[in-house]
Amino acid sequence: MRKALLALAFCTALACQPAYAQEAPALPPAAPSVAAPVQTPADAYTDMASTHFDAIIRGVERLGRSGEARALAALQALEAHKLLAGNDTVYIRTDTGLVDARTGQNAPADLTGLHPVRLNNRVRQTLASARAELLLAQGTQAERRDALAQIQAHPDAAMLPVLDKALADPSNKSLAGSLNAARAAILLSPGAQPVALSEQLAAVAAIKAQGGLAAKSLLSRAATLVPLAPQTREAAGKAVASIDFRLKLWGYGQDLFYGVSLSSVLLLSAMGLAITFGVMGVINMAHGELMMVGAYTTFMVERLVAAYIPALAPFSLILALPVAFVVSGGLGILIERSVIRFLYGRPLETLLASWGVSLILQQAIRSVFGPTNVAVTTPGWLGGSFALGGLEITTVRLAIFLFAIAVMAALTLVLKRTPLGLHMRAVTQNRRMAALMGIRTARVDALTFGLGSGIAGLAGVAVSQIDNVSPNLGQGYIIDSFLVVVFGGVGNLWGSLAAALALGIGGKGLEPLIGAVSGKILLLVLVILFIQRHPRGMFPMRGRGIES
Amino acid sequence: MTTDALLDLRDVSVSFDGFRAINNLSLRLAPGEMRAIIGPNGAGKTTMMDIITGKTRPDTGTVSFRGHDLTRLDEPAIAELGIGRKFQKPTVFEALSVWDNLLLALKGLRRPHKLLFARLSSSEVQRIEALLATIRLAPESTRPAGGLSHGQKQWLEIGMLLAQEPDLLLVDEPVAGMTDAETAATADLLRDINRSRSVVVVEHDMDFVRALDVTVTVLHEGTVLAEGDLDTVSADPRVIEVYLGR
Amino acid sequence: MSTDFSFRSARWTALAVVVLAVVLAFASLLPQSSALSVSPFVVTLCGKYLSYALLALAVDLVWGFAGILTLGHAAFFALGAYGMGMYLTREIGARGVYGNPDLPDFMVFLSWHRLPWYWWGSNHFAISLALMLGVPAVLAGLFGWLAFRSRVSGVYLSIITQALTYALMLAFFQNGMGFGGNNGLTGFKDVLGFDLTAPGTRATLLALTGLILGAVLMGARFLMGGRYGRLLVAVRDTESRTRFLAYRPEQIKLLVWVVSALIAALGGALYVLQIGIVNPGEFAPANSIEAVIWVAVGGRGTLTGAVIGAVLVNLGKTLFTAILPEFWLYGLGALFLATTLFLPHGVMGLLRHVPRKREEEVTPEITNPEGSNA
Repeated sequence: MRKALLALAFCTALACQPAYAQEAPALPPAAPSVAAPVQTPADAYTDMASTHFDAIIRGVERLGRSGEARALAALQALEAHKLLAGNDTVYIRTDTGLVDARTGQNAPADLTGLHPVRLNNRVRQTLASARAELLLAQGTQAERRDALAQIQAHPDAAMLPVLDKALADPSNKSLAGSLNAARAAILLSPGAQPVALSEQLAAVAAIKAQGGLAAKSLLSRAATLVPLAPQTREAAGKAVASIDFRLKLWGYGQDLFYGVSLSSVLLLSAMGLAITFGVMGVINMAHGELMMVGAYTTFMVERLVAAYIPALAPFSLILALPVAFVVSGGLGILIERSVIRFLYGRPLETLLASWGVSLILQQAIRSVFGPTNVAVTTPGWLGGSFALGGLEITTVRLAIFLFAIAVMAALTLVLKRTPLGLHMRAVTQNRRMAALMGIRTARVDALTFGLGSGIAGLAGVAVSQIDNVSPNLGQGYIIDSFLVVVFGGVGNLWGSLAAALALGIGGKGLEPLIGAVSGKILLLVLVILFIQRHPRGMFPMRGRGIES
Repeated sequence: MTTDALLDLRDVSVSFDGFRAINNLSLRLAPGEMRAIIGPNGAGKTTMMDIITGKTRPDTGTVSFRGHDLTRLDEPAIAELGIGRKFQKPTVFEALSVWDNLLLALKGLRRPHKLLFARLSSSEVQRIEALLATIRLAPESTRPAGGLSHGQKQWLEIGMLLAQEPDLLLVDEPVAGMTDAETAATADLLRDINRSRSVVVVEHDMDFVRALDVTVTVLHEGTVLAEGDLDTVSADPRVIEVYLGR
Repeated sequence: MSTDFSFRSARWTALAVVVLAVVLAFASLLPQSSALSVSPFVVTLCGKYLSYALLALAVDLVWGFAGILTLGHAAFFALGAYGMGMYLTREIGARGVYGNPDLPDFMVFLSWHRLPWYWWGSNHFAISLALMLGVPAVLAGLFGWLAFRSRVSGVYLSIITQALTYALMLAFFQNGMGFGGNNGLTGFKDVLGFDLTAPGTRATLLALTGLILGAVLMGARFLMGGRYGRLLVAVRDTESRTRFLAYRPEQIKLLVWVVSALIAALGGALYVLQIGIVNPGEFAPANSIEAVIWVAVGGRGTLTGAVIGAVLVNLGKTLFTAILPEFWLYGLGALFLATTLFLPHGVMGLLRHVPRKREEEVTPEITNPEGSNA
């Protein structure tokens, strides 16, 4: 489709060419030595060479209407301050030299006395319309769409005939919606000639169908425009209300997206805990610091890749995932072997000892990397955002959401389908029996703890993309993660998922109502009260950590 | 509600995760009676005690003790009514001395603010000393209970039960892990206790049950299979099947 | 852990604390030229240690005896401190930067026009005293009632105590709360008309803190040495058993929880009198956990250990941060590890085992005191 249109545009341009070529010789050759004695019937280019704004504006308007292939280049040059005037014509300054805007030929090298074509606001406004007009006639589909948006944003009654012409053009069939909207915008704008009531109402309907903030402001202006029929104004007012409602719905959708995004971060940070606390019953207060280690690993990987294999730089984040898993997981195994295993069955002592580990890790990172944030860059393919209906989706947040789901799925698989998962569940349910059946419980303990810690490392990689990477990173997550695990029901991954969603969406939902901090406080209080009523969380499950 | 029964369980049922631990169980105990309860593992003996003491709520049925509906009360309230319980696995306060264990069990102060400033009275000292003599732990009175032998712990727990001065004692496997001599002494002790209080004893040891010489209730799969004196029930073919057929 | 309920050391510790505080207080009043003179810096430092010792004692009551590992006791400490801070703020009167006789500076700065209702009575010392102790006690009562009634215990309880102090910290950081936001309350001038910067006032406050700590220590010894202390240990180790003895463990725990919150609040009030500032950082969960490690270092369930631990660890912190500031967190972290792994009974365990080994055989260990009711 697009190709066909391009070809069409190209043909049109070609078709124009001979006509213009015939016209060109009719003009007096611009001889620098001869001053034009008589005012030749000026064309658009001579108009633009004038020093008078009125003439320039007239020239721009004529260029816009001309539909010439070269006109667009001239207008763009004018916009970029690359259009020079002299000898009753204009030249485009390119990287290689001057080009005659009228003919497209290289200008003689000995030109002197040129001055830039002047621009003021009126010229700019006309320029925008003219450009839109040209694009509408010869641009690609996307360019035409942009041009229409431009017209709609700055409705100008002069554009009406252009739009009518374009509407009549069968090649613009797919643009009919945008064309009608642009036309409607003009009809509803202050300078427009009054049209029939039915046409006014149709215009309101067309704008209303478009929705969005621009449509809303256009309609709310139309609702007060006296030249419009009272019925039209009333319809515009109603349309504003309806758009408001739609905007509000999209706003809720946006909040929901933010909530889900927060939930996925919570879930990521809590999943490791769901293993160490939920399955093993170990309170690991250093969990946040293992996340921090994951985030710093991302930083290190990024630096190393940039230094040694710069070609892979955009993918250093992906490279960081396995590295962070191994580093944090390895660190976790070290902690388990050197500290935690001596404290099994003493959860409160474990809590204190792992707090000690967390202090040491924090200080170690501070000693090595300094107390301030380090800069982890977001790769280009994760940057930016895109619109989905009325939603603005931040790519990195979407990626973290998908990542959280992937990690959760992988973890479920590991627990349900691998020998390690089987052994983990066996040790959880009956340690002594598992040992008697030949399962090396100590090894399972270490690996389980390593798995939980490795997931913390993965969470750290994700968090490095949206949060400050500093030695305090872990502290910000530990309380929330524990609440997610306890709220959801210890030992239950799905419970953690539900709890993360509840806390994330609840938090973001409360934010617009009572503010971010108050929302967080309220949520904390609610969770505290909930746990006091249901000490085993939303979805209680049996496990070593909760044996009574 | 019949007034002449001390403890009256009627059509009590309870299930855990679909498993019927107690199934239409009915049991009556007259004041001053001692009853032995026997039955294979999983017959619901301990669950029955849990129901009486308020640890487990029955799904259906009524449990009354001297006219009080026990299903509406929690453990402390039931203990306050005068039902004492000794656990299958001896459960004493291991970090406390034998003396302190008995002191805490003594009938009397229970409200926290009164306990805050409670001081030992001479009558309390006498009661504890009497109990120590009864359970033969006087020489061990200052030792931490955690350091006692299994049999001594059993006795200490019986002592704590006596200190509560309950009207009804629920005694779960009192002679497990005891020597023959200790077993005989325990039987004597329980008979002695029965002079002033009602007792329900759950026990596997048939010699011990025989020594008690009381009415025996046989539980099987959460319901009463047979009731009568030991010789009668042990001649009952259903009882024989349950015990031998396993 | 078998608990020795005689707490012989507590009497001596209480006496030592009082004597030391009074002696230091007098020494601080000596002329600077005197060889025995003590600098105001040392006086403040000692006041701080003793206030912290009160917090440690509070933690020991609930953790050492009732087995509740609180990770939120700094909340009660900070509430007490804020209560005293409010009174001291009102005492500033028109001497603030803005010279407003009715409103504290930060409220003028926020262009508030009247005092929020919860500042009512803060200009009277007696009412303030009731509030600075009463508010933490009521909060503790509510929290404990809900938690213990539903039999929340073990690490679950620890986590929600931590969430409690975290929520309070977030709340107090907000300007709109009316407690000075980030900066907290500071710039105090005097208490009951006595200039807070005067050496005499400072010496008196130190001596008073010592006396109060000594009294609280003796009071705790009385309570824990009696039947209630034994009952707490019974509840700690075998909570379900106590129910069958007709005790209500939730009430028993609630009582010690509230008493403990009162002691912590008292410590906070004395702290702010001597340190001169209270800010939301006092609510930080890390502070609560640090208080637990003081108790662990000293020896949990010994009363004396709490005081010794609080003083030792904070002395260490002062020295460390002065000499090797970077290494303090390493030191503290190592302390957590070493105490839990190698010194389960703390310093008191070391002291106790030496002389008593002969008269008594080694006491049996209860390997899993929390596990039984967790």
